[in-house]
Amino acid sequence: MPVQVRIPTILRRYTDEARVVEGKGETLGDLFLDLDARFPGIRGDLVSEAGGLARFVNIYVNDEDVRFLGGLEAPIAEGDTVTILPAVAGGSR
Amino acid sequence: MLTIDQSTYDQIVAHARRDHPDEACGLVATRDGRPTRVVAMTNAARSPTFYEMDPLEQLRVFNDMDDAGEDLLVIYHSHTSTEAYPSRTDITIAGYPEAHYVLVSTRYDDEVEFRSFRIVDSEVTEEPVTVVSAWE
Repeated sequence: MPVQVRIPTILRRYTDEARVVEGKGETLGDLFLDLDARFPGIRGDLVSEAGGLARFVNIYVNDEDVRFLGGLEAPIAEGDTVTILPAVAGGSR
Repeated sequence: MLTIDQSTYDQIVAHARRDHPDEACGLVATRDGRPTRVVAMTNAARSPTFYEMDPLEQLRVFNDMDDAGEDLLVIYHSHTSTEAYPSRTDITIAGYPEAHYVLVSTRYDDEVEFRSFRIVDSEVTEEPVTVVSAWE
C-alpha cells in the first residue's frame, strides 16, 4: 500500500536528494521502518532513542498533525500523503 | 549574501516591533531569486524567550508555496532583549539549511539590529545583508 512521503531538504541526504519517496506500512511507525530499510539513517532523525517522535520535527498525514492521530501509531492508508517538516522554532535562551 | 528589497525589510521589522515583547517569527518566500511575500506567522509559544510556528499553519504555508512555485528564502525571528545572533537553542533546532536565518533584535526602541545567517549542521555563518530600494 504505497503512500507518498514528502522529504524536507535536510533529510534528502538520505534519499539521494529525492523530494518525494514512496513507502508502505499500516502505521506511521511501520512506514518509518520501511523507509529506513531503503534510506538507512532517516528514522534516527524522526524517532528518539526512547521510541517517541522527535520533538522538533512535524509530521502530517494529509493535513493532520500526527500528534493528534496517535503519533507513531497513526494509521496510514493507500493514497495518503505523509509530509515531514522540521519545526521552525528557537529561543533566545 | 542575502539581498532583499526595502519593503520586505520593513515588513519584517514592523512585525518584530508589533509582537514585542514576545518573539515574532515568519518566512519570506521567493521565486526566480526575488522575494515574493513576507508571511508573518503565529508564534504558538507566545513567549518573550521562545518561538515556535504553529505546525498546522506551517504546513498550510509550505503547501501554498509549493502550489505557487515558490521556495523558502528567509526564516526570521526576533530576540526581544538580546542581540540579533542565533542562540544555542536556535542552532540546535535549525532544520532548514537552505534558508537564510534572519535575526532581528528589538531590545532598543530607537535602533534596529537586522542580521542574517546560514545554519548548517549546527555551524553558524553570518552573511552580509543588502537592501535594495526595489526590484527593477
